[in-house]
Order: sequence, then C-alpha cells, then structure tokens
Amino acid sequence: MKITNQLIEKHGLKYEEFSSIKKLLNREPNLLELGIFSAMWNEHCSYKSSRIHLKNLPTKGKKVIQGPGENAGVIDIGDNDAIIFKIESHNHPSYLEPYQGAATGVGGILRDVFTMGARPIALLNSIHFGSPDHHKTKNLLNGVVSGIGGYGNSIGIPTVAGETKFNKTYNENILVNAMAVGHANKDKIFYSKAKGLNKSVVYVGSKTGRDGIHGASMASAEFDENSEDKKPTVQVGDPFTEKLLMEACLELMQDNSIISIQDMGAAGLTSSSVEMASKGELGIELDLEKVPCREENMTPYEMMLSESQERMLIILEDGKEKKAKKIFEKWDLDFVVIGKTTDTKKLVLKYNNHIEGEIPISALATSAPLYNRKWDKKKLPKDKVDLGALKKIKIEDALIKILSSANHSNKSWITDQFDQMVMCDTAQKSGSDAAIIRIHGKEKAIAVSVDSSSNYCKAHPLSGGKQIVCENWRNLVAVGAKPIAITNCLNFGNPEEPKIMGEFAECLLGIKESCEFLSYPVVSGNVSFYNGTNKKNISPTPVIGGVGLISNLKKPMNHILKKDSSILIIIGKTFGHLEQSTFLEEVYSITDGQPPEINLKNEKNNGEAVLEIIKKDLVNSVHDISSGGLIVALAEMSIQSDFGLKVYKPKKLTKFIKYLFGEDQGRYVLEIDKEKLKKVEEILKNNNIFYEQIGVTQKDFFEVEDEFKIDIKKLHKINNQWYNNY
Amino acid sequence: MNSSVIVFPGSNCDRDIAVALEKMQFKNRMVWHKETALPKSDLIVIPGGFSYGDYLRSGAIAGKSLIITEVIKAANSGCLVLGICNGFQILTETGLLEGALLRNKNLKFINKDVNIKVTNNQTKFSKKYKKDQVLKINIAHNEGNYFTNPEHLKKLNEESLIAFKYCDTKGKVDEENNPNGSLENIAGVYNSKKNILGMMPHPERMVDKMISNKDGINLFSSLLN
Repeated sequence: MKITNQLIEKHGLKYEEFSSIKKLLNREPNLLELGIFSAMWNEHCSYKSSRIHLKNLPTKGKKVIQGPGENAGVIDIGDNDAIIFKIESHNHPSYLEPYQGAATGVGGILRDVFTMGARPIALLNSIHFGSPDHHKTKNLLNGVVSGIGGYGNSIGIPTVAGETKFNKTYNENILVNAMAVGHANKDKIFYSKAKGLNKSVVYVGSKTGRDGIHGASMASAEFDENSEDKKPTVQVGDPFTEKLLMEACLELMQDNSIISIQDMGAAGLTSSSVEMASKGELGIELDLEKVPCREENMTPYEMMLSESQERMLIILEDGKEKKAKKIFEKWDLDFVVIGKTTDTKKLVLKYNNHIEGEIPISALATSAPLYNRKWDKKKLPKDKVDLGALKKIKIEDALIKILSSANHSNKSWITDQFDQMVMCDTAQKSGSDAAIIRIHGKEKAIAVSVDSSSNYCKAHPLSGGKQIVCENWRNLVAVGAKPIAITNCLNFGNPEEPKIMGEFAECLLGIKESCEFLSYPVVSGNVSFYNGTNKKNISPTPVIGGVGLISNLKKPMNHILKKDSSILIIIGKTFGHLEQSTFLEEVYSITDGQPPEINLKNEKNNGEAVLEIIKKDLVNSVHDISSGGLIVALAEMSIQSDFGLKVYKPKKLTKFIKYLFGEDQGRYVLEIDKEKLKKVEEILKNNNIFYEQIGVTQKDFFEVEDEFKIDIKKLHKINNQWYNNY
Repeated sequence: MNSSVIVFPGSNCDRDIAVALEKMQFKNRMVWHKETALPKSDLIVIPGGFSYGDYLRSGAIAGKSLIITEVIKAANSGCLVLGICNGFQILTETGLLEGALLRNKNLKFINKDVNIKVTNNQTKFSKKYKKDQVLKINIAHNEGNYFTNPEHLKKLNEESLIAFKYCDTKGKVDEENNPNGSLENIAGVYNSKKNILGMMPHPERMVDKMISNKDGINLFSSLLN
C-alpha cells in the first residue's frame, strides 16, 4: 500500500516525522511499520514534548529502589519489604466511554504494579469532571465511578482514597487518573529489561481482539466535534481475567523462571516487545500467526496495534516453559511462545514465515522524536481582590455555602461504591487526610494520598506545582506517616501551544523545588497532554500521589475529634490569604489573584514537629488545612465525629473572615488533651514553630465566638446532601 | 476443628477468611474448584468475591462447578457450611439455601458498615451471641437483595431460620435501615437443619480491632465448641 499524506496524518504523525522515519529505515515504511511508528512515536508513548523537562525532576533517594523508566517506581520500606506504585491517566477514553475508560484505567495501572512482582494492596483515584450543570457531567460521573468500582471491587483490591472535583474547565475533557500501590519482597522484583539470546518470548493472558486499535494515538490528540467517532479506540476491560492473570503471574514469580516481564498497555504488543528489547539492547522476532486472537482474520497490523486488555509478554529462562505453561493452564489463560530474542537489534515481524515488517529497535525507542518546545513564562498575577468592595456575607452563610457545594460535600456517595475493606488491611478508609494500609501480617503500614489543585496551578504554575507537592506531603504527615516518595500524573493541554508548554514546564519546576527540599523524590509517573476540545485547553492539573511509612501502627491517626473539652491548636502562621481561595470561588465566583505562597522551610519544620507530636502520642486528632481554610478544616473534624467545637476570635487580626477562610499553607489543626498541652508546646517551642490556641471541643455544637452556633447534626446534613440531590 | 475454604477463579475474600479462621485456631485448607474430593472438614466456607467473574448471574457458574458436587454431598450429610457474600449467592444457586439475591435496590455496589441483629442465637453458628445482639459488620455487594416466595418466607419465620436482619444501632428493623432492599431486612438465612448459613455481611472483616471491630469473632468461636 502506498503511504499517502492522508495516511500519515491519520496515524497522527507529522510530515517531518515521516521524513525521519524514511531516513532511519533508508526506505519508505509499509503500512504495518507506519502503524508501529505511530504507536511508538505518539506523545503518550514517546514523551516527546515532556522528556526534556521530566529529566530535571529529582528521582533518587536513599529509599528509592527504582525510579521512572520501569513499569512503576519502587521504594524500600525496610525488612525486605518494597512498595511499588504508579499513577496513570485514562482521560480521553473515559470521556468517550466513561465506564470502560475508567475500568481499563484501573486495570492498566494494576498490571503495571503486579508486572513487577508486587501484590497490589491499594487503589486510589483522582477524577475531575466539568461543571455539575453541564449536560454530560452526570452521566460521566456515574459511569466513571461505577467503572472504577466495577474493576477494583471485582478483582478484590481495596479502593482506599481519592479526590473528586468539578470545574467547568473539564466540561469537554474530564480527567480520570488511577493509582495502584503494591507490596513485594525487595529481593523479588521483576523488570522489563530483556537478557540473553534465543530466549522464548511468551504471550500470556487474554486473546487479542480488534479493540483499542490506535488508543494511544487517540489519546495524543485533542478532541473535536467528531470525537464520538473515536469510541472504538476505547478498550473493554475484564477484571475477572485480570484477577486470573495476576494470580498466575504472582504464582510464576515464586521461582526464577522469568527473565523479564512487561504488560501490554498502551500500544499493546508493539510497545511491550520494543521496550523489552530496547532496554536489553537486543532484537526480538515475533511469529504473529501464533498470537492468540479473539476474532478471525486479524492482520499483523491489527495484532500489533490492538490494545486488548489483560495481556502480558514474558521472556522465560530456558527449560521453564513446561512449568510456566502448567500454571497458566491452571488459571485457564492462554500461554503461547510467539517469538524469541535475537542479536539483530531489530524488531522482526513474521506471519507464516513471511517477513511483514522489520524495524531497528533504536529507531522506535531511542531515536523517537524529542522536542524542546517553545514555552512562555507566567508572571505572578497582580490583581488584588478588594474584599471591601464585595457584598458582605455572614460567616455562617459562607461556611454553609461551601460545605454544601459539589466540591466540598461529603463523598460517601462515591466511596460507598468502592470496596474499601477487601484484603482486611485497610486501617483507615477514604475521608481522612490519607488512607492507611497495613502491610499484611506486620505492624507497619503505609499511608497514601492523591492530590491536585488546578486553580493554583492555573493562576501561577510555578507556585501551584510547589504547593501541590507540599499539600500531598502534609496529608501523609497528618496521619503520622513519614513521606517517602511520589508518583505524578501530569494532565495538561496542547503542548504545541507555548502557553500550555509553559504551564507544564513551570509546574514541573515547582514540583522539582518542593520535592528536592522535602527529600520527596518522584519515582514514577505519566504525562497526559492534549486535554482539551476544539483548542480549549483544561487548566493545568498535575496530580501527585504520595506514599509514606508508619513504622509501627498503634492506632490510625485521623482528623475526627475524639473528646469533649480538649484544646485545639493551629500550627503554622495564618496571614489570611484569600486570593484563589475556595471562599472567593464558591461565594463570589472570583477566581483571580495569586495562589498562596509556599515557604518550604516552614512547611518542613511544621510537618516534622507534627510527626514528633503524633509519634509521642500527644494528640487526639490532626487535620491539615487546605481548600476552604481553617473553618472548613474545623467543620470537617466536627462533622465526622460526635463532638462540636468553639473557635475563639483572634485578638490581633482585623478581618476575621480572612483568618477563617484564608488558605495559607503549611498549617495543621491539632486536638490535644489539656494535660498534654505543655509537652506539645515544649516540642513546638524547641523547634521554633509558630502555633496558637484557637478553641476547644465541646458537645453538640459547632460555634464561632460572637458569630454563630450550629448543631453538628445540622452541619452533617448540610454536608451530606449534594450528591443525593444531584 | 478442620475447615476448608473453596477457592473459585475470581474468589477474592478467600485469603481474608483463611486469616480469620487461622486466627481462631481452625486447621484450615484451601480447596481449588477443580478438585473432586474434599479434605476431612467440619466446616466448609464458600468465600466472597466474583466467582467466574459473576458472569451469567452471580454464583451461577460456581454453582455448577466440580467441587460443588462434593460440597452438596457434605452439606447433606450434616457438615457445617458457611457462605459469605458471593458464597451466599452460590449456595442459593445450588439449592442448598432457598431464595435468591437480586440487585441492590439502588442498583449500585454498596460497601459500608451496617448494623445487623442476631435473630436466632440458638444455632451452631450463633450460640456465642446474645439474642437480638446488634453487630456492626461490613457489607460489600452488588446483589444482596434477598428475595423468596411467601411460603418459604413463612417457613423462615416459623422455624427461626432467619439468622440476621439489618437494623439500626439499637436493633430497630425498618426500611430506613435496609441497605439493599432485602425482604424483611434479611441479611442471612439457615437451611431447615441449620447446618448451612448464608449471609451477605462479612464476619471475616470484623476480627481485628486495628482494621474494624471484633463483632465477627463470636461467629467463629461459636463453631469451635
């Protein structure tokens, strides 16, 4: 078939890229080869616009066993225990087909984790929808939530934490990011690098169908009015098969049969075989007629580009085939040797002994395009919001407005649809600052949280990038965990626009700065560009997933008030920064101004003091202060407990409203027994940490001095109605 | 006491129940669904999960599996059988328990801690509980809406075959405290001989204070002696 310009465009390649392909091959590619290049060179697989910036992120640390570049990142939590984790986007497919898009997002990220030898122990998600009154939102919300639950519940991995946000910026392009966390023995971690010649390349798992062809290329372009036509590029998930595949792989991993293993994710058989060969600096030869197919008469082109789910590619040690096959047969899964490793450093594709395609591996991997795209810096916005000019609102009314809003309502409508308890190690479920998962059979636990703040990132990407790492770090600290490392999912618009590329570059600089300062390296991640429709880009939305360690879990720390008449203190200074706050957005629909400033030194000191206080068992509950400020944090502590509280009016600050709703960073609220207060103050004073007493807990009522008093049952009701009424 | 946990492809609470049984000093064995004989067992547990992907209908394919013939034989000769969640669904598919589990009335998967009342504390499964004791136990299912015909419902009531009912913290049984639409808030039932118990809530999730509470423990300790 003649390769026409139209075909090139259809494969998402630029004409210059096609010229490079011809140069690399010394000839024109055939259709199969063109398809393979398109699968490997698209933004989703090649990271061609982002690589140059990603390489600046800190990825090393004492506890990092494996940083970015593998299926997932690996960290050391002591005693031969390793935690393997990663977050990934499934935005484009979820917008086209919410149930399957979200479900296969969960399936894909789980495979990344168990491919490396880990038993998955937790799932998290970060989902962003358009405005609740947009006509698509309700359907998308329903579909995505049941898709996430449908997959995780069935495979039997608890979905323990997440965030759900609504903002009109996602009206035409929702975000669905899924994170998986697994546990492995440190000496039993499996990698994708191929080793040795003439080793069997084995296909295991589901059969290959015609679903998901060009999925990765679809995800590398923005949407337009014809996007509905792209529905067939969305894969269909089968959690049942994934469960079998997971058990079979983990069973095979008990001994030393596997040289390397790679899941078939985006760009399926193509990317898995190329990645294994590329890392091992080897060639790979596949006999495509052996590929187990679901449908008749599938062509090599379709087999190589299908993104059918629940498949893996394994390179086996000599003489292990029989034993390995027995395991996969036990689990009723296909197990077929479809090729071998070679020394040609080429990908050779045969069909009934006829060579259908032949491409040097380096042309697909290391020679993939790398762009240093033009990017614009964004200045810190100047426009100061004039509070005095705004219509006055009562504190009580503002609080009620926020607590009953889509973004701040209780999310049990969502979390009740996820099995959070299966595996019986979930010591703390969703709804707290971070979830806590015990390491099976041991006393230690990990804490996990996933966070984003697109409003801050939009206002000033550099500050936003810095802030979101800190907020994630703070959430782990608030449950008493020592933060270890993060994974990030970078959701942005069209990188070909300098403004968007600037948002990306500067968010990354911010992330880098915080990660370096907090010794909080990035060990895995994913970039999702082209989030937008018809030239309208989403707000920059980097999502951070963090993992921390609690070395001896005695009682899970959370933000739920425990006692009557205990003292409430706030750690960290309150200046009353209202610009870019939830208060201005929800009450006045104002989204101008600067995001709050980050002081990394204070952030670190405050967090370390909180950790010490928790470790010494001096505190009943802890909550980080984030979106909505102090008063929303306090309301959240009260709503989920049996106790109310009373906040005093501070003597110094002129504007009480700024004090209550300001979103200054690096702050925590702590509930402390009277008799323990002295010891806590000692720690804080010794470390030069700013703190103030702000109130006491009491029975039944949430009260702000001289302002209002409201029954906590009423507050609870206000916070719980949005989803049920939607 | 010897127990056997049947493992189907897609079972996912098999490890959880095994951990609970071992904690309670049962000598437990895992039995793969393709096996054709059961080890010597005083108790057989069919765990929760999505056996065979819940394709066709929850529990339908598992109800026709190789090992299930052996489970039926053992049950008919008096062996104790406990089916939890998907296990309860499988027991109704085999006919060992009457009735059926329909989609939850809100048509959504529900995972939360609910209160259930021990309606009969005179069986081998429940004798360590007090009569009408209220337990807080986790549920996690799509199809837990228990349904049966009027004659069987009458029999369930007359012969005290209802094991647990959904209720509030004080034991009040009403529609408001019925999470999934079950007839008469039924959360678990026995067969006539009371050697088979099927229940939607997960007692194996409630044996460890760090994770939840210990409200499930007495079910296992009742069985021990």
